[in-house]
Order: sequence, then structure tokens, then C-alpha cells
Amino acid sequence: MTHPIITVDHLGKYYKLGRSPEKYQSLRDTLARQVRRMRRGLVGKRRTSPSLDEGFWALDDLSFSIQQGDRIGVIGRNGAGKSTLLKILSRITEPTTGEIRIRGRVASLLEVGTGFHPELTGRENIYLNGAVLGMGKAEIRRKFDEIVAFAEVERFLDTPVKRYSSGMYVRLAFSVAAHLEPEILVIDEVLAVGDAKFQQKCLGKMQSVSASGRTVMFVSHNMSAVANLCNRGIVLDRGRLLANTDCMEALNLYNSQIDQSVFTAEQNRDAPHIRQIELDQAALQAGHLKVRVRFHSPWPLDPPMIGIVVSNLYGTPLFGSNPNLHSVGFNPQKLSEGEAVMWLQDLPLHSGTYKLSVWLGDQHQNYDSRQDALTFEFMSPRFIPNMPSVDVIGPMHVPAEWSLVSHGR
Amino acid sequence: MGYPSPELVITAGRAQRHYWQDVWRYRELFYFLAWRDILVRYKQTAIGIVWALIRPFLTMVVFTVVFGRIAQLPSDGVPYPILVFAGMLPWQFFANALSECSNSLISNANLISKVYFPRLVVPTSAVIVSLVDFFISGFILLGLMVVYHFVPSWRILTLPFFIAIAFAAAMGTGLLLATLNVKYRDFRYVVPFILQFGLYISPVGFSSTVVPAQWRWLYSLNPMVGVIDGFRWAILGGDAQLYLPGFAISTGLVMVLLWFGIRYFRAYERSFADVI
Repeated sequence: MTHPIITVDHLGKYYKLGRSPEKYQSLRDTLARQVRRMRRGLVGKRRTSPSLDEGFWALDDLSFSIQQGDRIGVIGRNGAGKSTLLKILSRITEPTTGEIRIRGRVASLLEVGTGFHPELTGRENIYLNGAVLGMGKAEIRRKFDEIVAFAEVERFLDTPVKRYSSGMYVRLAFSVAAHLEPEILVIDEVLAVGDAKFQQKCLGKMQSVSASGRTVMFVSHNMSAVANLCNRGIVLDRGRLLANTDCMEALNLYNSQIDQSVFTAEQNRDAPHIRQIELDQAALQAGHLKVRVRFHSPWPLDPPMIGIVVSNLYGTPLFGSNPNLHSVGFNPQKLSEGEAVMWLQDLPLHSGTYKLSVWLGDQHQNYDSRQDALTFEFMSPRFIPNMPSVDVIGPMHVPAEWSLVSHGR
Repeated sequence: MGYPSPELVITAGRAQRHYWQDVWRYRELFYFLAWRDILVRYKQTAIGIVWALIRPFLTMVVFTVVFGRIAQLPSDGVPYPILVFAGMLPWQFFANALSECSNSLISNANLISKVYFPRLVVPTSAVIVSLVDFFISGFILLGLMVVYHFVPSWRILTLPFFIAIAFAAAMGTGLLLATLNVKYRDFRYVVPFILQFGLYISPVGFSSTVVPAQWRWLYSLNPMVGVIDGFRWAILGGDAQLYLPGFAISTGLVMVLLWFGIRYFRAYERSFADVI
């Protein structure tokens, strides 16, 4: 076993509340607090009110190690501590407890185009951004052509980047960072922007970075990107380490962790409404979609009509169903309270994150709708090696058939 | 497996043994940030760099009229415009540097919260930018010398020494205010006030010889008094005298300020990303 390239040992990061990045103290507040404290001191109550110093552990006793050449996907819900971990690794903020040992140069890309100045041209920004990320002038000059070629912005090199399209901007920014050649590359959710072709290119670049023996740490909410790129996964939950394991295993664990399989709405006595939406996780893991929708109405609906639409993360509807469209097995009846179940054998989707919206109505009108009530991660049980990105071929898995006929002699 | 790069240890309150080494490694960033600020400043301006000349020139004209003509203050035997300008050069450098420096961390907040580099680079670059402006407006002084047929003596060669003191004064105060500004945005409003006030209590529009001799030492508690007197001594030559005890007090104060500024900055530097 080789020596790990990164060793994290009992790492903790404590944030005081009210010291969140958006809020800054004003001198007046501090003075006022001091005066209050002094007055309290005079009266004899020594203790400061605990609410002032309340905080939370963004990272809590985290220990793991990473081997050289690994591509690690860091996954977890919002607020799990992913970004804090990356910030500490990149030395932007320091830990409260514990330590990290790193053997090698770390380059981090926590945001696309950090240090880019909109008024400066592409050429000027390459130098500026390179310097900010820790490259020397000579190094940037050496790699300049390569960076420009990768970003495909040759024609706009002398245009201020404020006139760039967002795609060009991201391409240029990623390109500078990708040419850093660090031993460890840390990337936070930067592929969310940029077009599909470029995302493919970035993933390819990261793959080649790790193929040359360097280590990549990658945070993304795009599970298919993580599945594509990474060979290991670290799952965080509320600042704690859930797993440091093989990537697929980590993704499965994370999916089973997402407690978004039930949506419950508030009661409403006056109008027909959706009470609860439940997604069957066991069915989902087997590749099927099973949704239960409980409803309630002050008067009987004849018959109650439930509509379900599945859309991608960007909100584009992919498909929908209701008992009018798919009436086989549906037994219409007057009901004021009940449950409708939709069963879809072999969900025709590739792996990814999807959203579910639900409508309630009767034959004539809609009464209630819950847009994007649930978000779910779907890991397709069909493993397709070298699958093109969902962003290129679309999310639908269709049962197409191919044959090959020789027209040779 | 051998590894070329040294092991980096990240812990709470790490004694940054490699800090100055890191500052050296990032030395090109000083240049790049300053270069960015200068480029950006004059982009989309019609007359560009000329702005760096117009402001000090007009101020000099006003001061000459007000203090030289109207108030009839003594000029120590040199043309009043040159007397004023020799004092205004360091003062404008100090004023610009201080206001740029104290705002530098805030205006580069996105950098600080997203990338690692020795934070000292940011305020230092801001002062370097002002130094560039200083050299540009130095040409006005040359112009004035030509117009008034004024030939400086050998003392002009000591000018770099006084520039260094001005730089130290701006850095020390700037670091202090920049750090405070991150924690308490109130200091955004304090700085313009300091500068406005400072312009009148520093010998910019007049020579410090107008201050009664028994109070000169007290007057020298303003660090800029030493700097400006030094500039005048070096540039004007001839009769201009350097009041040595006062100069020593000013310079000593500048050094204390610089030392304290760096210490204060270093102490809070680690929490910038969390607070800013």
C-alpha cells in the first residue's frame, strides 16, 4: 500500500452563526454588545447570553485518506459540508480542529472564472487568472496557445470578457485551471454551466489529468458526471463522513439517503387537494417508477384524476401520464378521499436527477397541483459502458433496435 | 515512493512557517494584480492616463493660489508651486494608497473567498498601483522645474529613501484599516475622513516652518510630516532644512505602524474568508 496523497485526520470546522458569509459585523453592533456586556458585568451577571455564540459544525470529526491517482466524487446534500471541505483543502479557510496532510500542489477551481475581470480582454484574463491560481508568467506564456485552443476562443482573444457569451466565459475559465498541472485538482460544481459538448470535453480533460497520475476531487450534483468520472466516492451527511468507498457504491448509498421520497401537503378543508405524494424507493432501485398520491376533497370527485409529469433538473417535461392517457386497469369511481397509484415498469430514463410534479382534478378541471414536489436520483440498472452524456443524447432510454447489413462485394 | 513536493500540513492556527516563502512564490501576483487595477482604471476612459496628471496638477494650482497668493505664506525661497508640489507628491501617494489599500480586501472579496494565496498580496498591490500614479505625477514636478529653471541639488538622490518611508507609512496604516474594514464596514467611512483631515494637518499646502519651533516635535507625531519634510529637503535643496528630531519621531512612528499593521493583518488573515 502506497502512502496516501491526502490524509484527513479528525477534521472539524465550526461556524459561528451570524458570521455567515453574507453578514458582516458593524462596529456599532460590537460596541453595543460590549456596553451591554459591561453593564451586565456591573449588575453581576457574568454569563453572556448563549444565543450570541451559538454555532454549528459544518464538518464534524472527519477522517479519511486518498490515494494518488484517484478520482474522488464528493457527494452529499446541500449543507453536507462538501464545499467547506474543499475550502479547507484549498487553504481558503482553516479548520477548527484536526489536520490535513497533503503531499503535492493543490489547485482548486471552486468557482468558474474567479479573478476574471469583465473589463479585461480574454488574453489579459488568461494571465491574470493564471497568476491568481498560482502560475508564473513564464508558465502561462508556455501554455497560452494550449489554453486558448482548448477554450476555443481564438477569435475573441482581444475582446473584453464582459462581451463573451456565458459559454465562452466558462470555457476560458475552465481551460486556464485545467492547464495548471497540479498534483491535486479540486473542482466544485463548475460543470453545471457550459454547453454539453464542452462538459464532455472537461470530463475528458479531468480523466486525462488523473490518467497521468494526478488526483482529482470533484463535487457535483450531476450524478451521471460523478459516475462517469470518478472511481471513488466520499459521501458526507451533515458534516460527517458516511462512506469513503467505490464510486457506484457511494452513489447508491447517497441515493438511499435522500429522504425526498415523501411529500406531504398542508390540509385544506375547502378545496380538493393533494395530501401526500410518495415515491417507492425499492421500486426505483429496481428500475421502476411507483408513485402513490393521496388526495382529499370536500365533495366526491367523479372520478378523481391524478396527473404525473416527470421533468429533468432544468424543468423540461420528459413525459407524463394520467388515467385518461393510460386507462388500462383504472377503475373509475366517485371518491372524496383515497389514493391513486401509478406504476411504470422499466422507467425509460438514463441515470440522473429528475423531478416529479403532480396534478389533481376531475373530468372537467384541475383543483390542485404540486410542481416539482419530489426530486429523485435515478440510477439506471442498465449499465451501458462508454455511454455518451445525457446532456448530449437526452435523458430518455428508448428501446431502439439496430441491425447491420453488409453492402460489400 | 519518493515525492518531490514537500508535505503540506493544514491545522487550526497553523504556525505558518512557510508564509514568507509563500509570499515570495506568489511574487508575480503582486505585479498582476497591480497591472489589472491600472488596466481596468483607464479602460473606457477617453483621456486615460492623463487623469493621473490632471488631479494633482489642479490641486497644486489651487493650493498655490490659496496658500501662496492669498494667505502669503513663506516659500523658503523657492517657487511656491514647486514647494507645494514637493509636498503634494508624497501626500497624494499616501492618500491614494491608503484609500485603495483599505478597500482592497473588500473589493477582492470574491478572490479571497475562492482561491488561496497569501492575503498580503492584495493590499500590497493596491499600494503599488498608487506608487505607479506617484511616478506619473512626478513628471509634473519635472515640468515645473523646467518652467521655473529650478535645478535640484545632490540631495535629490536621497529621494528613494523618503519614497520608501512613504510606502511604509501607507502600508502600515493601510493594512490596519483594510483588516478593520473586513470586520467592520464602518471604516469605509472613516478613511475619507482621515484623509480630508490629514490634508489640513499635514504640511502640504505650506512649509512646516510655519509651525512654531517649540511645537515642531508635537507636529511630527503626524507621520506624514516627516515624509513630506523629507521630500522637500531632498527636492528643494538649498535653504530647506530637515528638522532632525521631528523626522526621527515621524520615521519611528512609521516603522511602529508598519510592524503593527503587518502583525494585525497576519493575526486576522486566516479568518478573512469566513468573515468577508
